[in-house]
Amino acid sequence: MNASYRWLRDFVDIELSPTQLRDLLTARCATVDDVVTLRQDLADVVIGRVVEAEPHPDSDHLWVTKVDAGKGVLHDVVCGAPNVEKGKLYPFAPVGTVLPGGLKLEKRKIRGAVSEGMLCSARELGLGTDHQGILALDVDAQPGERFIDVVPVGDTILVVDVLPNRPDLLSHEGLAREIAAATGKKMERPSHPPAVLTRAVAEGDTPKIEITVEDTEGAPRYMTAIVRGVTVGPSPEWLASRIEAVGGRSVSNVVDVTNYMLHGFGQPMHAFDLARLGGGQVVVRRGKNGEKLVTLDGVERTLDDSMTIIADATSPQAIGGVIGGKGSEVTETTTDILIEAAAFDPQRIRATRRKLGLSTDASYRFERGVDVSAIEDLLYYAAELVQRVAGGSLGGPSTDSYEKPAPANPIRVRLARITTLLGEEIPENFSIAYLSSVGFGVEPEKDALMVRPPSFRQDVIGEAEVIEEIARLHGYELFSSELRPYRPGSRRDAPMHTAASRVRDAAVAAGLLEARPMPFVREGIESHRVRNPLAEDEAYLRTSLLDSLARRVEYNFAHMQRNVRLFEIGTVFTHETAADTSAPAERIHAAAVIVGDRRPQHFTEPHPPKFDEWDAKGLGESIARAAFPAASVRCTPSTDAVLWTIIADEAAIGLVRRLTVDAPVWASPVFGIEIDLEAIIASEAATRPYVAIPAMPAMQVDLALLVPEDVPSSDVADAIRQAAGDMLESLVVFDEFRGAGIPDGQRSLAWALTFRHPERTLRDKEIQGRTSKILSVLESKLGIRQRSS
Amino acid sequence: MTLDEFVKAVSALDTHASALVSAATTPAELESARNALLGRKNGDLSALMKSLPSLPADDRREAGAAVNRVKTTIEELLANRAGSLVPVAPSGPRIDLTMPARENWKGGRHPVTVVIEEIESIFRELGFTIALGPEAETEWYNFTSLNFPENHPAMDMHDTLYLSDEVLLRTHTSPVQIRTMQTTKPPIRILAPGNVYRRDFFDASHAPMFSQIEGLAVDEGIGFVDLKATLTHFANRFFGGTKTRFRPSYFPFTEPSAEMDVECQICHGSGCSSCKNTGWMEILGSGMVHPNVLIAAGLDAERYTGWAFGMGPARIAMLRYKLPDIRLLYDSDMRFLAQVSS
Repeated sequence: MNASYRWLRDFVDIELSPTQLRDLLTARCATVDDVVTLRQDLADVVIGRVVEAEPHPDSDHLWVTKVDAGKGVLHDVVCGAPNVEKGKLYPFAPVGTVLPGGLKLEKRKIRGAVSEGMLCSARELGLGTDHQGILALDVDAQPGERFIDVVPVGDTILVVDVLPNRPDLLSHEGLAREIAAATGKKMERPSHPPAVLTRAVAEGDTPKIEITVEDTEGAPRYMTAIVRGVTVGPSPEWLASRIEAVGGRSVSNVVDVTNYMLHGFGQPMHAFDLARLGGGQVVVRRGKNGEKLVTLDGVERTLDDSMTIIADATSPQAIGGVIGGKGSEVTETTTDILIEAAAFDPQRIRATRRKLGLSTDASYRFERGVDVSAIEDLLYYAAELVQRVAGGSLGGPSTDSYEKPAPANPIRVRLARITTLLGEEIPENFSIAYLSSVGFGVEPEKDALMVRPPSFRQDVIGEAEVIEEIARLHGYELFSSELRPYRPGSRRDAPMHTAASRVRDAAVAAGLLEARPMPFVREGIESHRVRNPLAEDEAYLRTSLLDSLARRVEYNFAHMQRNVRLFEIGTVFTHETAADTSAPAERIHAAAVIVGDRRPQHFTEPHPPKFDEWDAKGLGESIARAAFPAASVRCTPSTDAVLWTIIADEAAIGLVRRLTVDAPVWASPVFGIEIDLEAIIASEAATRPYVAIPAMPAMQVDLALLVPEDVPSSDVADAIRQAAGDMLESLVVFDEFRGAGIPDGQRSLAWALTFRHPERTLRDKEIQGRTSKILSVLESKLGIRQRSS
Repeated sequence: MTLDEFVKAVSALDTHASALVSAATTPAELESARNALLGRKNGDLSALMKSLPSLPADDRREAGAAVNRVKTTIEELLANRAGSLVPVAPSGPRIDLTMPARENWKGGRHPVTVVIEEIESIFRELGFTIALGPEAETEWYNFTSLNFPENHPAMDMHDTLYLSDEVLLRTHTSPVQIRTMQTTKPPIRILAPGNVYRRDFFDASHAPMFSQIEGLAVDEGIGFVDLKATLTHFANRFFGGTKTRFRPSYFPFTEPSAEMDVECQICHGSGCSSCKNTGWMEILGSGMVHPNVLIAAGLDAERYTGWAFGMGPARIAMLRYKLPDIRLLYDSDMRFLAQVSS
């Protein structure tokens, strides 16, 4: 809502500046997003004080003055005005200013005296025709302040963010009501038409027009008034300037009046050219499917039976509450008009404007609800205003389709509830005063207030809404901000949040950077398809985080980043359905991608090794352990691109894979891991007691074994462990070799075995015996022999 | 030799030593100076000591003291000089100690995560715990239970992505309020971070998916002053003693509703283009939970009252890192993340 500061002042005596008004409305009522000063063409004109004024030595009508414009220096200014007076304030245009007429001020000599700017008359500022002298200012301002900030010459627009619950604020009258309440003033309707409404009907023939409201559901109230003998022409300055101030275009006096009613009072109106309504009929009915209407914007629109239509005897003339028709619009030749003031059903208007893809100032207000009971008064107000600006006389009785509903029961607002909900007691008389100031009827009862909201406040339906009114009018700033005692929450943290934090720590420690990408992907299953996607190539919800991360790798490749290490903890949507709704079931996953150098380049290692599958396997295991600290985690070989399945407590919880991405030739292989954090129930690892640091020496034995290609190293390790017994403290495979000296179909695997006894030193013989046993078991079970060197 | 001659010799040695030591510029030169002065066999000091017996017995005591003094002086000179010389490795290849250190890849949390965790840590101190909820929700959880009037312009503030007639992508984290109240007996104090979705085109200031943090406190006797006090405390902690203001707002699920602003973090209240000269920046929306919402979640709306709030960590991250474009947060550009992650 664009509100004109001047227009608001037509309703209420405002002593606040536009910015003060902004702060007041924001604090009490609705946020003012912006304050826009019109007449920016005067932005460079400042307040100047004449500190010296001497007659020009070579002229009998010029003055040589010194002007203080607030910058600490005095400007020499030659002035020809008879009314220049030492000590007074005037608008001053310094050198460089471009005045509204296009005159750019430059330093020049006038009859030998230097002049560095101009003291301005009203006409020179485009503020009227007065050119008798310069504009003497009787304002409380300092030299140097901007003229437009001090003198309300043009207008100032307050851009008010009116939220959907307050359609009453979509007018100057509504905002003025709140301003009056907050400043203790009275609000009155502007007096350019007299406040006394004329309902007398003109003498003489009244054109016959029959109004029929068939669609009473779509138009709960439909009123019209006829004004005959109007002269359509330009609007007077006061009317045009108001329409233009709020961003409208002055069309003609009659049309401007309807817009004046919309912006001034929140009631959209429409004026038809009575002569162009065929058959002397106005029918408010549902549209017929396929009916056409060329609307005021020149577009031919197809109507249907979900819309409320204003028709004459033969064809549609307007789409009720949205836009008028071209065929019956008021033109320069119009003499008799039919003014429509109505209330249309908000839901119907909402559906219609969506269907038409056309939101108008009128539909915006009808969709939010107009004050049905104000329509009659406003219709006469408008009719009177038309007569003021376009002549003519009221013709014929107006019609009204409205049946006044029985008054709603008052809302009972308990005083104790006000105190509980706000946490502070508001004195009863304060509450009554606040509510009354914005039009509520209040009757105090024992322990409660019986409250009747005004007709323009359909949003206030219960006790809570009334208490909000009291709180905001009291002022949120007056409530205490001291913490009071509270009881801490009784719920424990969501386990998934805790698990995610552990995983995040592990991934960060591994040198990965966190990504939070968009979760939409190009392809998917039907249940994951967004019905109204923003883009067809991002219409599906993902089933895997690696889908998103793969795209992020490609993005980095496209920006010449070879080294990419990203992780994400996020939601994926499974093929199953949620337990309690028909939505796809969700899982929190963790995923990571690695590609490029394993370490940053250093001069000691000019070409660091690239990430390989063993890095990926390690990352997968460490992230799985972080996710499930109590579980035993391992990777089992898988097939093709999926290298390993990650197993935790015998359940498959994730995978380690090679990722196929759109990669440039210089890119090294991309690996990804993904883990389902909800695959098994994560429990905290039980705290294990400390194990004594060994006091006895260890003995190490290295074994190089010839292992057939088809025997996996895990089988070898299992066999060694089994044969070695308890004393084997650790087993590490430290080399794999194929080639010279190794038979085909075999490889050499070198193992380091560390033996230790907790209580005594081991004897060489003991270990030799153990080693021979291991070798014989390996040979008999797996056909593995020691490699002879 | 007389005592006089001896004392002169001592003082000459003192002068010589001082010149010799200060002429040494490397540890090796200093070492040879030490040998020349204090060497047992051929050192200047031992030469002097050797002439000691040639003095008259009565003078030997004084002469000995003079020798000891000069010995101490020489040792101090040598020690001081050694301290001011840069040692050089005795052998092997030279190390250029100005070469750079070996580094590891640095991991880090996304800036939005960092903001979320900071917010969480402040609310944890105030007795809040973390709750989560699904991103694909039903109309009932996302709108109906939260007191949205059907087919109302209030829905226009939530341009929604739908998966079916019933199922949508949640437009705010407020459904977690309902889910929590359905399963938890008050006192309730939860914080619910999560992703939300809007049908907004992806541009410099809008994203169709973004993070939000919801807060909810429900108990007996909770009032608007508790909302105001807790959120003011939060703002003071998070922004460091900043000014706050509350102003009326509208959310269907709260009544009264309030928006909290903090002093503009760019101009500190004096007015700039970022705050449209108001000196304030909107940080969160809040309000007292509407009784219809408590009832929809199965709580006794007479017995319990509560307050709730919602805020956008991404917006705060954008302010903090002065990001000109929200898409930077989604692109996952390694160069960006390496700068702002921690």
